[in-house]
Amino acid sequence: MAESYTTTKHAEGHPALQHHFENMEQQREAGTLGMWVFLVTEIMFFGGMFLAYTLYRSKYPAAFASASNHLDITLGAANTGVLILSSFTMALAVYGTQVGKRKLQLFCLALTIVLGLTFLGIKAVEYKDKYVDSLIPGTLIPGHPFSPAVQVPGESFDEHKLHLLPGATVKNVEMFYWIYFAMTGMHAVHMIIGVGLLSFLLVFSVKRRYGPEYHNPIEVTGLYWHFVDIVWIFLFPLLYLLGRHLEHGG
Amino acid sequence: MSEHIVPVKVYLAIFVALLLGTALTVVAAFHDFPWQFNTVIALTIASFKATLVVLYFMHVRYSNRLVWVIVIAALFWMGILFALTFSDYFTRDWISIG
Repeated sequence: MAESYTTTKHAEGHPALQHHFENMEQQREAGTLGMWVFLVTEIMFFGGMFLAYTLYRSKYPAAFASASNHLDITLGAANTGVLILSSFTMALAVYGTQVGKRKLQLFCLALTIVLGLTFLGIKAVEYKDKYVDSLIPGTLIPGHPFSPAVQVPGESFDEHKLHLLPGATVKNVEMFYWIYFAMTGMHAVHMIIGVGLLSFLLVFSVKRRYGPEYHNPIEVTGLYWHFVDIVWIFLFPLLYLLGRHLEHGG
Repeated sequence: MSEHIVPVKVYLAIFVALLLGTALTVVAAFHDFPWQFNTVIALTIASFKATLVVLYFMHVRYSNRLVWVIVIAALFWMGILFALTFSDYFTRDWISIG
């Protein structure tokens, strides 16, 4: 396209072009590639935890199903929806910047931040519920050790008590909660970092730093944000859903 | 710019597909399937959703080959991590020592 040629040519003098790149196009591709290499290290990082999860789930299936069934599926599913919506608004923010729709860019960046904070808020409610039921593993909370009340067969249903399936022990349920807090905790840390990055982007977007010629910071932050979304796409079924079908049968 | 700009309706279609996938996985989780099919179904839906995000939201479908190589390398090394670990753990009681 002749038009794209002139755009690229014009962009050569762009103030954001670093001296070691030929043009904006080359700078953009290098940035995207660098982000992907970083995401590979992130995949390895979370991969180790997914490995630990898979190993212990296969060793103690009954305890993991019992512990999993105690999680709040409504809040978990709602958070999945919130995160998917935030990925959608993030993608639109990138699109808005690429085509020069400034209002869309600003609105979607702000909305993504709000949705990220909503996710963290719902997560905090869930953590508090686990605290109330004494399900924080070990003595992570001093003076409030892991000591859930266990439902006795024949007793009336109590949602705050642990319902152990046959073969499950409280000790192995604690193992599930170590993994649950490690994985969702690291995921939440990534969300907090993401919200921080998006806040910077929003401030610089208001100052008109990004547009069709220069939008790589928004694009690579988007890649990071979508990656964090993907981690949750796997965490939700693995932590909340597997074992659900045993809830009333086993 | 030579980069590909993904149209909004593609993003919208992916967003709807991701929501449907989430609803489907929740419904399927309460159904008692034979053998380990609950796990298989949950992981298949999650992998499908992740693939949609990678290809469209993360633009890999429209990216250059180097990005493809990096993504595939990540999956390959994850495969090594899982394959080698479980080839140890799952075969430990095949033989008894002493």
